[in-house]
Amino acid sequence: MLPTPSTSHLAFTHIYEPAEDSYLLLDTISSAYEAEFLRKQFPEGTSPPPLVLEVGTGSGVVLSFLTANASAIIGRGDVVALGTDINKYACRGTAETMRIELQRVQKAVAEANTASIAVPDPLTALSPGLFLAALNMDLFSALRPSLVDVLVFNPPYVPTPQAPTLPHPNFDVGISTFEVESRYLELAYAGGPTGMATTDRLLHGLDGVLSERGVLYLLLCAQNKPEEVAERLRRGYYGGSDGSEGDAQGGGVRWKVEKVGSSGRKSGWEVLSIWRVWR
Amino acid sequence: MKLLTVNFLSCPLKSCKTSPKSFPLHFKDVEVVADPEGAPYNREMLLGLLPRVEWGALVGSARELGFTGLPGEKPEGEGVEEEILRGVWEVLVQTQVVSGKLVCGSCGYEFGIQAGIANFLLPGHLV
Repeated sequence: MLPTPSTSHLAFTHIYEPAEDSYLLLDTISSAYEAEFLRKQFPEGTSPPPLVLEVGTGSGVVLSFLTANASAIIGRGDVVALGTDINKYACRGTAETMRIELQRVQKAVAEANTASIAVPDPLTALSPGLFLAALNMDLFSALRPSLVDVLVFNPPYVPTPQAPTLPHPNFDVGISTFEVESRYLELAYAGGPTGMATTDRLLHGLDGVLSERGVLYLLLCAQNKPEEVAERLRRGYYGGSDGSEGDAQGGGVRWKVEKVGSSGRKSGWEVLSIWRVWR
Repeated sequence: MKLLTVNFLSCPLKSCKTSPKSFPLHFKDVEVVADPEGAPYNREMLLGLLPRVEWGALVGSARELGFTGLPGEKPEGEGVEEEILRGVWEVLVQTQVVSGKLVCGSCGYEFGIQAGIANFLLPGHLV
C-alpha cells in the first residue's frame, strides 16, 4: 500500500478535507488494473514525460500522491504535475501538501542511497515527479491545448438546487467569516440539480485539453446517473475541440469509457464510482 | 511560478484563445527568486520535456526576467552539451516568480501572482 500524503498541516475551514471520494480515487488509480493500463498508455522511455493535471486539487492529497508515487503508478518517474483549483486557499494548501510530501520522499530516497539498499536505478526509480504549480483558475481555462496526459477530477458532484457562485473580485468582501467559509466549501461539493453542472463543462472541454494519448479519471456519484454520463461520452454528446458540436445526435467526440473503481454497494446500489475516459 | 509553467499557459478569456498574442503572457512588476534547491537537474526529463516547450516564447519570457543566456534555437538531439542543458533547467525550473503580474498581449488583462500562485479568475462579465 502506498502511503497517503499527510494533510495535518491544513485547517479545513476553506478547503475540502479528504474523504471517502478522495481515497477511492487514490486506490483506483494506484490499482494493479490501472497500473497495467497506464504502463501501456505511457510506455517508459517514450517522450514526452506524462503531464498529470488535477482539476480541483483541494488539499492536494491526490495530486501529491500521484506525483510522489509516479514510478509505482505509471511505471515511470518522469512525471510533471500540475494542479488547478477555483479556490485560492486550496492552491496554497496544495502547494504545501506537495512540498511536505516530496520532501518526505526525497528524504527516503537519500536514506536508501546512503544505506546502499539494492533498488533498481535508485535515483530515478524512487524519485518523485516534478511539481509545476497549483494555479487558481476555473477548470483548465488558462492552459494551452493538448498538453494533458492524465487528467484527474473529483468534481463538486452533490445535487444542489443551484450551481454555486464562482469566485469574483468581491466574493469574500463585506460578509462574515462563516459566510466566506461556506461559500468556499460550497465550491467543493455543489453541482446544481443533477450534480453535473461543473462536470458537464469539463467534459465539453475535454477534447481540447487532453493530448492524443490523454486519459481522464472522473469520479461520479449515483445521483449523477453515471451510466448515462458514460453513454453520452461514448455517443459524442460532448463537443470536440475542432468545433464539432456535441449534441444528442452525437456530433462530438466518441470516447472509450470504462468503470474502473467503485465504493461498493450500499443498500444495494453503488454510491461512488471512478470512470476512465480515453480516445 | 516557474518559467516552464508560464510556457504552458495562455489567457483564459475565450475570445483571446484564437489570438496568437494571448501566448505567452507577459511579466510585469515581478519579484524573482533563484531556487537552486528545488527540483534537482534531471537530464532525461529535460530532454523529454523540450518537445512540449514553445522555445521562442520561453526565450522571450526569460528575457523579460533579465535572462539572456538561452540559446536562440531549441537544443535538440542527444549530443547537447551538459552545460547548456543545465542552464536551460535553471531558467525553466529553478527560477521562481514570487509576485507580480502576467499580462495578456491581446486583451491587456493583468493576472496577479502572489506567493508564487497565479490567479486566473475573471470577473463574471468577462467569462
